[in-house]
Amino acid sequence: MTSVIDAAPAKPAFRLTRALQGLERVVVPALLIAGWEVFARSGVLPPALLPAPSAVLHALGDWVFGFDETTQTYSGHWLRDALASALRVFGGFALASLLGILAGVAIGWSRLFEKTLEPTLQMLRPIPPVSWIPLAIIWFGIADKPAIFLVFLGAFFPVLMNSIHGVKTVDHNLVRAGAMMGASQRQMLTDIVLPAALPSIFAGLRIAVGSAWMLTVTAEMVAVKSGLGYVLWDSYYFLRYDIVLAAMISIGLLGYLSDLGLKAIMAHTLRWQQSTTVQGRAG
Amino acid sequence: MAAIELRNIVKVFSDKRRGRDLLTLDNINLDIEANDFVCLLGPSGCGKSTLLNIIAGFEQATSGRTLVGGKQVERPGSDRGVVFQQPTLMPWLTAIDNIAFHLKLKGVGKAERYDRAMEFIDLVGLRGFEHHHPSEMSGGMNQRVGIARALLMNPSVILMDEPFAALDAQTKLEMQEELVAIWQKRRCTIVFVTHSVDEALVLGNKIVVMTKRPGRIREAVNFDLPRPRDITSPEFNDAKRHILALIREESTRLAQAS
Repeated sequence: MTSVIDAAPAKPAFRLTRALQGLERVVVPALLIAGWEVFARSGVLPPALLPAPSAVLHALGDWVFGFDETTQTYSGHWLRDALASALRVFGGFALASLLGILAGVAIGWSRLFEKTLEPTLQMLRPIPPVSWIPLAIIWFGIADKPAIFLVFLGAFFPVLMNSIHGVKTVDHNLVRAGAMMGASQRQMLTDIVLPAALPSIFAGLRIAVGSAWMLTVTAEMVAVKSGLGYVLWDSYYFLRYDIVLAAMISIGLLGYLSDLGLKAIMAHTLRWQQSTTVQGRAG
Repeated sequence: MAAIELRNIVKVFSDKRRGRDLLTLDNINLDIEANDFVCLLGPSGCGKSTLLNIIAGFEQATSGRTLVGGKQVERPGSDRGVVFQQPTLMPWLTAIDNIAFHLKLKGVGKAERYDRAMEFIDLVGLRGFEHHHPSEMSGGMNQRVGIARALLMNPSVILMDEPFAALDAQTKLEMQEELVAIWQKRRCTIVFVTHSVDEALVLGNKIVVMTKRPGRIREAVNFDLPRPRDITSPEFNDAKRHILALIREESTRLAQAS
């Protein structure tokens, strides 16, 4: 507890606690990496089987900047590989978001669509997207298309399910209020139901962007000859586990960044929603 | 011609799970004159909210006729402003956008919308809060937005379904006083559902006492005590005694019947 009088001198101490609070997030990862480095250098396992973090970082650095060709043909090609994967993620995700929201809102809002469309979609949903790979290759060949198709399959269903849920759980008094104020059917959908369902739709989009990265990498291992997933699988054949790990780190990082981006859009769009916790409003 | 005419309203809810029908409203006949402040008073489950929903057009009567301004009610419409038990505002809109929502649906431009909504912001005493979202305001403030939203449509009648039930005692008193002031200033027809005898007596100039299961009108009491009403005056207490007697008589009848 700080009283008004000693509030000013307490400020530097406050800043210190802030810095310490920042540190507590990195303690666990730092310890893990340090332990891994020590274990890798101890010689229990051959370095080729378990590269030290420093070696992985070296490989990643060369892959990105191409300073000493440690990563051979990949040296300096990271941006190209990352971009190839990111474009597939974006393509599949955008398509899945558009169709998922459209179909979800239609099913959630109209009995007719619910009866005609939903059973088919729900039957397709339990089929793992990965099991479509053979058909995807036959239909689309070895290129971007099968990867985008797989990403679409993985991202579509979370968006669909959450959009249906969002529309179905709209407070029915809001719909009554809309009818009272003279909203047409179309206005009801665009001005009331859709905004009311947005929090749920965004929850679906966030799950979907995660699945999108998983499926891009899977597709690249099998059906495409470029991208982070391809580099990962190719390096495995050449026993370059340092590059395998560097690719894993890259995928994790890009997945995390996509989620952060989506979260920022969500925070802006849903700024009317106060995120209240037990401790009060989240700062 | 009365502002609202209810003719032989019957409402039966079919309880499909138990395979029987529930008679909720039994032959309701009521005329509400323009500029009346009518309170529908009754215990919970007497069908008073159902009756209000039928006037609003949210529900259809099983039989009977509902006329508002001489026209048959078929669906909800902006000639009947509804204030819900919960504020029921669009949470993504600010106070002023909620109040002007009806104008937005009609395609009125933003400048004119805001211009017209400001009058109602002032009327319900929310100046300074017009750009707050519902989550940033108290329950009482949100209910004021709900009232302003209904008033802006300039409806011929305003239907209120226990709008102050969720408010604390002090806010409730303030809101009741303000509502009476607004009603006096704007001269509108109000149908107000409540289960509180005191609230009905503070607000209404006509108190319709309803009975429980099936919902019937026991008596429509005219109550013209001048305002502001002194709730400790003999006239107030006489009316209260009369209404309480009606309710008590009813519960004795129910007790004997069971």
